[in-house]
Order: sequence, then C-alpha cells, then structure tokens
Amino acid sequence: MIFRRVLPGWLGLWGLTFLSGCNSGPRADLVICNGAEPQTLDPALVSGQLEGRICAALYEGLTRRDARGKSIPAAAESWSVSPDGKTYTFTLRPGLKWSNGDPVTAADFRYSWLRALDPVSASPYAEILFFIRGAEDFQAGRASAESVEIAAPDDRTLRVRLKNPVPFFPSLISFTTYLPVHRATVEKYGDRWTRPEHWVGNGPYLLKAWQVNDRVSLQKNPRYHSADRVRLNRIDALAVTRASTAFNLYSSGQADVLLDKGLIPSLILPKLRGRPDFHPAPLFATYFYRFNVTRPPFDNPKVRRAFSLAIDKEAVVEKITRGGEPIALSLTPRGVPGYLPPSGPVQDTLTCKALLREAGYPNGEGFPRISILYNKSELNEQIAVELQAQWKRTLGVQVELRNQEWATYLRSLDTLDFDIARSSWVGDYDDPLTFLDCFATGRGNNRTGWSDPSYDNLLAKAQAEPNAAVRLRFLGQAEEILILQAMPILPLYHFVGCLMFDPKKWDGLLPNLLDEHPFSEIGPKGK
Amino acid sequence: MLSFVTRRLLSSIPVVLAVLALCFLLVRIAPGSPFATERALDPRTKAMLEEKFGLSGSLAEQLVRYGGNVLRGDLGDSLKFRGRTVAEIIGQSLPRSLLLGSISFSLALGLGVPLGAWAAAHYGRKTDSFLNSVALLTLSTPTFVLAPVSVLVFAFGLKLLPPAGWGTLSQLVLPAICLAIPFIGVCARLTRGGLLETLGSDFIRTARAKGVTETKLVYLHALRPAVLPLVAYAGPLAANILTGSLVIEEVFAVPGIGQFFVNGVINRDVFLVSGVVLVYCLLLLLFNLIADWLTALLDPRIRAAS
Repeated sequence: MIFRRVLPGWLGLWGLTFLSGCNSGPRADLVICNGAEPQTLDPALVSGQLEGRICAALYEGLTRRDARGKSIPAAAESWSVSPDGKTYTFTLRPGLKWSNGDPVTAADFRYSWLRALDPVSASPYAEILFFIRGAEDFQAGRASAESVEIAAPDDRTLRVRLKNPVPFFPSLISFTTYLPVHRATVEKYGDRWTRPEHWVGNGPYLLKAWQVNDRVSLQKNPRYHSADRVRLNRIDALAVTRASTAFNLYSSGQADVLLDKGLIPSLILPKLRGRPDFHPAPLFATYFYRFNVTRPPFDNPKVRRAFSLAIDKEAVVEKITRGGEPIALSLTPRGVPGYLPPSGPVQDTLTCKALLREAGYPNGEGFPRISILYNKSELNEQIAVELQAQWKRTLGVQVELRNQEWATYLRSLDTLDFDIARSSWVGDYDDPLTFLDCFATGRGNNRTGWSDPSYDNLLAKAQAEPNAAVRLRFLGQAEEILILQAMPILPLYHFVGCLMFDPKKWDGLLPNLLDEHPFSEIGPKGK
Repeated sequence: MLSFVTRRLLSSIPVVLAVLALCFLLVRIAPGSPFATERALDPRTKAMLEEKFGLSGSLAEQLVRYGGNVLRGDLGDSLKFRGRTVAEIIGQSLPRSLLLGSISFSLALGLGVPLGAWAAAHYGRKTDSFLNSVALLTLSTPTFVLAPVSVLVFAFGLKLLPPAGWGTLSQLVLPAICLAIPFIGVCARLTRGGLLETLGSDFIRTARAKGVTETKLVYLHALRPAVLPLVAYAGPLAANILTGSLVIEEVFAVPGIGQFFVNGVINRDVFLVSGVVLVYCLLLLLFNLIADWLTALLDPRIRAAS
C-alpha cells in the first residue's frame, strides 16, 4: 500500500530532476580543466588566474598575450609613445565589433578603465591601473573621473597619460583589469550582466553557457576581427578543484588539457616527468616566508639573517615539491629580459650560528617561542615541518607550527599576528616591479611591517626613470636591500607550471613564464 | 491528518528562523573576511563591498537586515561568486544533488531492507554473520576511501564507467553507488534488528503456530512493524543524502550543492552558507514529517492515538 502511494511520486521526482539536473550535449571541440569555479567573469572584478584565462577568450584588450606569453597588438593596431615616455596614443583597428554588432570604440576602453577604478566597483585589482595619471586619486575618492588622464578624442584613438614612464605599459594592458566591457549591457543589467543571456563581449569567443561548478561553455565569435584564425568552434572549461579528479578526467579522455599545476596530483609529479604529454615550465611566481619585523625576535635583522642562512632550500624542492622547481635566491624569478635578480644568500651553517649568538641567543638558548603560520594544505605543512626541523638542527631553536584555514590565515597576515608566515606571489606582468612593489612602505601586500626609506626611494627613482636599463638597475639595487640586507622575507623556491596535453593531438599551447594560454590559439595539431 | 500537518508546519517556522539566525551569526563571528584574498584588499574597497552586500554595521543590524530580506524571499547574493544570487546557485545545483541523492536513497533502502530481512530470516546462520560483516564493512568504509578505490577499479581497471563528470547516465552510476553504500549497511542493520525483535513477539508466535510459512512470516507479517525504526532513521537520512556530499562531489566532479556547505564556510560566504543550510533544514523538516506520516500509516496504534 505504501509502495503504491510513495513510488509514483518518487519516480516523478526522478524524472523531473533528471531533466533539470542532467544536460548532456555533444562534447566540445576542446575540454579544459581550468581549476575551481570562476568567481566572476567581469574583468574589472577578476583577481584570479583561472578567471583571467576565460576573460582573455571573452574580451580583447588593446594588446593581448600570445601563446608564448608575449604581448602583441590586439584591439589596437598600433601605438606611439611621447618622447618623455609618459603619453601613449593607441589607434584601434578599424571595424571592431562587440558580439551584439555595436562598434568597439576608444570610448569603450575609457569607460571600462574608469569603471574598474571607480570606488563603487570595488575592483580588487584597481591598483594595476594606478600607473595612469589621476587614477589613484580617483580610486581613493579624492578626485573626479574627469581628472583621470584617459582621453578618447575620436572612435579609434585612445590617449593615456601616465604618472611615470612605464616601458612595459603596452604589455601591462594585456592584463585582465584593462579589458573592455560593453557599457550599455553593464548599465542595463548591473551585477547580472555576465550571465550568458545578457553578456556582450569583443573577444574571440562568446559566453554560451555557465553552469555553477560544472562548466563555462565558449563558442567562437563570428564578429571577432580575426575569426578566421580562431581554430576551435566550442571550448568547455570545466570547474574541477580536486587534482586527482582532474587527472582522472584527463586520463580517461574526458578532458584534453590540464591547465594548472594544481590539477596534477603532486604525488605522481615525479612519475610524469619524461612523459611526452607533460609540459613543465618556470613560472613568474615565488614561494616564500615572511618575518614579522614589528616584534621580537624578528625585529632584529641578525635573527632574520640567521634564520635565512640556516635553510637548505634544495632539500625543500627535492624532498617536498618535486616538480623540478628552481630554488629561489631572490624574490623576482629570472626571465625578465634585461633584469638579472641579485643572488641572495645560500645556506651557511657557521655564519647563521654566529649571527644568532651575536643577537643574544648562543646555540638558540633563551630564544623565545615562535611559530610558523601557514594555511592548511599538505604542501604548506610539509614545508613548514621541514623548515622547523632545519631550524632546530642548525640553530637549536624550537619553532612551533600554526595551521589556520584560509580566511583566518589571511586575517592573521593582515593584522601581523604571526612570527613567520608562509606566502607566495605570482607576478601580474613581466617586470620586477610586480614583486618589489609589494614591500614598499605601507603597501597592503607588505604584510611584514618592514619599511626602509632607501628601498622606497630606489623604487621611486626606478619608476621616474625613462631609460629602461637604468630603471632595471635601480630595481636591482632595491631587490638587493630586500634580499641581501634587510631580509624581511625568505624566498624558498620559484614555481614551475605544468600543462598536460597530448602534443600529437594539440598545438598552440606553449609553456611560458606568465602561464598565459590564449584559447584562440589552441587547435588540433597541424590544422 | 490535515491539522497534524498544519500544526507541524507552523511549529517549524521558529525552528527554521532560529537555525538561519544561528548560522548567519556563526559565519559572521568567525575570524576573516569574505572579501579577503591572498592579494591584500585596501580597507576602502573592503568597506565598499561590506556596504554593498549589507554587511556593514553591528552584527544585530546585519542580522535584522538579512532576516528581513529572507522573509521577503530574497536569500541575497553570493559574496564569492559575484553577480550570482544564492537562489540561482541553489536552483542550479540542488536538482543535481536531488537526482543523485534520490537514486542513492532508493539504493540504500532498496538493497538495505531486503538484505537486513534476509539476514534476520537466517538468524544465527552463516548467511547472517556474512551479511552482518558486509553491513559493518560498508558502513565503516569512509567515502574518501570508497570513492577513489571505486574509480580505480571500475573506471581504470575494468574500464566500465567514466571516472568523473556530469551529464550522462553512466556518469551517475559510481557516485550514486558510493553515496549509497554506507547507508545500505545502516539500513540492513536497522531492518535486521527490527525484524529480530518482531519475530520474537506474540503475534508472530501465533502466526507460526497457525502454520504460516517462514517466508510469509518474515516478509508479510513481521516486516511491516519491524521497519518502524528504519522509517524514523530514513527521514533525516533522506535530507542528508539529497543535499549531497563534499567528497563525492569533488571526487566525481558532480556540480551539486554539497560542496557549498564546506566551501561556503571556508570562503565566509555567509548568504550562500545560510541559503544551503536553509535548504537542508527545510528538507529535514519535510522528511521528518513524511517519516511521521509513514509511521502512522504503518502502525495502527499511533494512527488510533492521533
């Protein structure tokens, strides 16, 4: 009796949920495991790399990154720089169209950049537009939008006046925050404008569908200026967080590309080396430890130095990370043309003991209880345990481990509630400034309490310097202070990015320093 | 019956509101900001975001504001997934979890009850101890072991099923089974226990004396009163299983609602967490109500009393 009553309802529920829950269509031409669910596809609000990758397919900036990570002309066909290096005049390609057919104009770029700067937008990356004169004051609410020196004298000309000469400005504007948005759509739909049914863009791909935690589906944009060079019609970017799951999808052929090292289980990394579908490349990113210099014992530079010299970084990359990571002797990874970062200290067990003795703690005696703060993850924990053991062994000091979950950890960093904290930094653009600027006095990303007028001064001098070589020399001197003298941080290793794809099937994917992989260049091998 | 349902529904309202308020406050009290990222956010931007999402002012003000919105049917926007409403996220992910969960729930009952009955019918014999051990094994195997092992065996060893993904029937099989297996054991043990108790009662002895066959005795006469404890258990189980599981969803890339319970808290996405907790709470109340109704149907004494 019960079954007679309950069963039809139950079967009905199945039918309904199956219809709404399952939506299998034909497989896309290319399926990419892209990492977690994108938090937003509004370029002004994007702060993560995985969102940036999708945005690069949906929108096109004045310049864009190619498969090698190099910046190339995109919506702009050319530009000129004033003799003082501070005024850039961009000329847009003729006949550019938004996906709804509207023309893309210089005014769209002006609107989009001002929108990202507008305090009301609360863009997490507005700072990257501060190179433009008046931008910082507008964002801080001290000046109006009109005072930001971005001008669109006609539909195809955009003129930007910078605070300082920025030799890498054309490559900087490939960054996500500089991507244009369609004004009418944004104004009409507000926060909801990135939904597939409202969305308008100007990139090589259209946003066809976006299923929470499942996938973002992209379709070739026929109105794109170089649509004939876009190689694939449909791309699905899957939202997968667990490395083993992503790897399973890849291994079973349900996904074609793994775009992130985080999607490859670290346990099997050493086994993958040498496989033809495994493509490692150095990344513009560094894993490092911060010292809190506002309180003892790390307010004493000798203690910081002793702790830095005590570490055998090779042990970390050989025993723990195992992905072929180069050890970090500087904060800035190598690879910026014309910039050779200074070489920081390597392990020196005698000197570090002597330094600790000079600081008043012979053989670690009387050293206060300190701890390493890290956010919960297996890798962070293994590294912390290793460093804990090394400090015990070489300096004789007892270091405790302090593990916090993500949001709490970030709060501890911001409030300087730690002794030593693990951190990492990924460069936003290919210039040392993206790393070094973090440690200028009062910067939100400083998170050590460290401040040095001579460091700030060198950064300021570098930024005012029109000669690129001299500018890099100033930056090098600043990094020397950071790495060799003051040592508020201890760089451990530089990240290695790993792509997985079958090189017999796909091309247009090249490992590069900035980990940029434009979807429009990916295609079947030889076609 | 109708007054019973109405009474129960009315008495649920304060429970739901209290759960929602508690959940909101706990997430807000937890250290850390929902807007924090590894890249430091300047305090002005943070303040702007808090203002925008109604998280400025004292906790009490925030709670009152949120409560007012919920009563108007607005669950708010996700703080992490910008531009998406909580209702939209739940609307997209809940049906997937309901689909998967209802299959698992049916499997848990559909296999657990007959296995339990079979074990009870063979009480004390080898079959019973074998089934008992299997039940113990299934309910004590954690899903984070079961799920990857089943992927290894069925997807990569036997190459029978896809290892993960969503959208086709074959992709449902492994996650549905893995989600169900621990509960099959529980259901089997509850059925067995209930049956053994019933089989020792007077009316069974009478039926046996009248010459009713053993099979008829177990499945026709004893099973009905014996499943009462199972029905009481199945209410919360249904709510639990229908709202998904973090491990199953992550291992099998199922875009369900289960992961938001954990990731929402980690992200301090207070409206999303409160939204999914609300869904769970409502399902729990609903299925407890159904369980009570079924109990009344199954047990004439309770029906007579109410």
